[in-house]
Amino acid sequence: MINAAAREEILQRIRDAKVPAAQPVIRGYNQKGPGGVELFAERVADYRAIVHTVSNVPEALTSLQGKRIVAPPDVPEEWLVDGVTWLREPLSIEELDQADGVLTGCAVAIADTGTIVLDGGEAQGRRALTLLPDYHLCVVRADQIAASVPEALQRLEPTRPLTFISGPSATSDIELNRVEGVHGPRTLEVLIVT
Amino acid sequence: MARNPVTWLGSPTFPKAAKIALADTQLRQNLRKATGTIRGRRAAAVAEMTDWEQLRVAGEQIKDDVLSRLDTLLLQLEESVTARGGVVHWARDAAEANRIVLDLCRAENASEVVKVKSMATAEIGLNEALEAGGVHAIETDLAELIVQLGDDRPSHILVPAIHRNRSEIREIFQRRMGVEVSDEPADLAEAARVYLRQKFLTTKVAVSGANFAVADTGSIVVLESEGNGRMCLTLPDTLITVMGIEKLVPTWQDLEVFLQLLPRSSTAERMNPYTSVWTGVTPGDGPQKFHLVLIDNGRTATLTDSIGRQALRCIRCSACLNVCPVYERTGGQSYGSVYPGPIGAILTPQLVGDMHDPQAASLPYASSLCGACFEVCPVRIDIPSVLTHLRAEVVEAKGRTAESVAMAAAAWIFASASRYEKAQKAGSLARFLARDGRITSLPWPGSKWTSSRDVPAPPAESFRAWWRKNRCQK
Ligand code: SF4
Repeated sequence: MINAAAREEILQRIRDAKVPAAQPVIRGYNQKGPGGVELFAERVADYRAIVHTVSNVPEALTSLQGKRIVAPPDVPEEWLVDGVTWLREPLSIEELDQADGVLTGCAVAIADTGTIVLDGGEAQGRRALTLLPDYHLCVVRADQIAASVPEALQRLEPTRPLTFISGPSATSDIELNRVEGVHGPRTLEVLIVT
Repeated sequence: MARNPVTWLGSPTFPKAAKIALADTQLRQNLRKATGTIRGRRAAAVAEMTDWEQLRVAGEQIKDDVLSRLDTLLLQLEESVTARGGVVHWARDAAEANRIVLDLCRAENASEVVKVKSMATAEIGLNEALEAGGVHAIETDLAELIVQLGDDRPSHILVPAIHRNRSEIREIFQRRMGVEVSDEPADLAEAARVYLRQKFLTTKVAVSGANFAVADTGSIVVLESEGNGRMCLTLPDTLITVMGIEKLVPTWQDLEVFLQLLPRSSTAERMNPYTSVWTGVTPGDGPQKFHLVLIDNGRTATLTDSIGRQALRCIRCSACLNVCPVYERTGGQSYGSVYPGPIGAILTPQLVGDMHDPQAASLPYASSLCGACFEVCPVRIDIPSVLTHLRAEVVEAKGRTAESVAMAAAAWIFASASRYEKAQKAGSLARFLARDGRITSLPWPGSKWTSSRDVPAPPAESFRAWWRKNRCQK
């Protein structure tokens, strides 16, 4: 404990405020949604991300030919197609910064909002991997797509480092209109595997 | 007790500041354009949700629950964060919080820190305090950067540079970054990217705020758009997060409500581009030192007020600013605080906690009580009721001064379309109210409003309805 006096005083002030007990929370909102690959694809595309529905990942990786692409330690072997310079951990910040892109999987996706969630688990790597390269190619399996935000949160483990990604980086700071492309990857491409 | 930096030292009272702001036609044009855009987009994003009202009710109830057992939940949060390798600090006021952060920076030998936009750190004046202690804070959010480079003050809680249009931003960037750049938003964003890149890659300490903290897991949540947040939360060795004690939610499940309410209310998106969640320290991923600074700074005092405490439900979405007719006319800086607009009018005076402070006491009058703020608020804060309640407190504290009478009269006129029309027809609102001799003109002159003077207002029409109808035509 660093400043016990402040802690005690704040807690005491809260108790002295004597806020009455609150009503139980009524969760009358939707837990589920229509869901589905199509809705997810449509909503991701709304953010001006590039979306493809594919049946075979390696075949869909031709656009990476000749590029220097980061691949997390545990991506499936078959994704590491020939003709691509695969950058593998350990990678320094500078190496990540100079890569052409990164290829990952994801933990969960959300159809309702067109969101991809990374949790540092299988085929995702640590957070810096998907942050510094300017291009992120993310593979989403159809069974990873949750219909709604409530459903997605249930599937996630909150104590893992999570990144919710909805489209490429953007800003609304100039005249409150959305402009894509600031500090995070400026191009987001999503491969939905059915 | 030291003065609370939530209001800016030397700020005039709201009517005086508003009068100056109203003379700035560029400012009003910029605001009208920006708030008009976001109002329309927000309405569309909300209309898509069939369960919006249920989400609002749940949001309100979860936050009320938090406020009713804040002590228990804070202790729970402290325990979960500590168990995951974080260090929790408590600060009674701004000075104490600033000292804690400065000491932490010094312990890391940091002369520079990168910052991700945070209302809490703006409220306590952290940047100035760090600067005085020899640590330079670099704002990395685009709008914050515009404010910082322009030696300006924020005017909106989500987009602090909302009062600047693209050509003004271009001028600031050219002057301060020494680069040639066009006024295309994409080019301006690119300029910010280039300017900040090396800072992100090399700075060892980051300071952030928090949108939510989950008591039972110790998870901290930051919503953002640009990726500057991810940079700050991921790349440095040390992360210091400063958070108001009311930012809690009890459980992970509760986030399902706020992750739906907040993006649609603030940037009118189904989801903001990036949301980061972290719990203490994760070996091999992200900062290996994590400090959480919990600040009171007037919140526990606010908690004692049974009507006023609902302001602590606020999730800082800024929807109430974007719909407020007074805010749109006067701009955010007139409120003299990092919290402008309707939420500022009820939160700032409560955090200051002194109704004898003329500036803070003028804020509850910065409203026509039209109710638009309550309608859009995702956590259903009844801002008009709190305003009325605080006005009564002002009168109780100061008595009926000439100023409070005039302010109340102005508010009364604004509350009804027919009264407003009459006041305008009488010559000017200013003359209508000039009798007390101290107010020589009203904060809201008719210049822009007169364009709609010939729109007939039915006598029974509320100001709200009248405003709705007329502002769309401008
Ligand atoms: S008071 Fe409500 S509408 Fe205003 S910023 Fe806070 S949460 Fe948003």
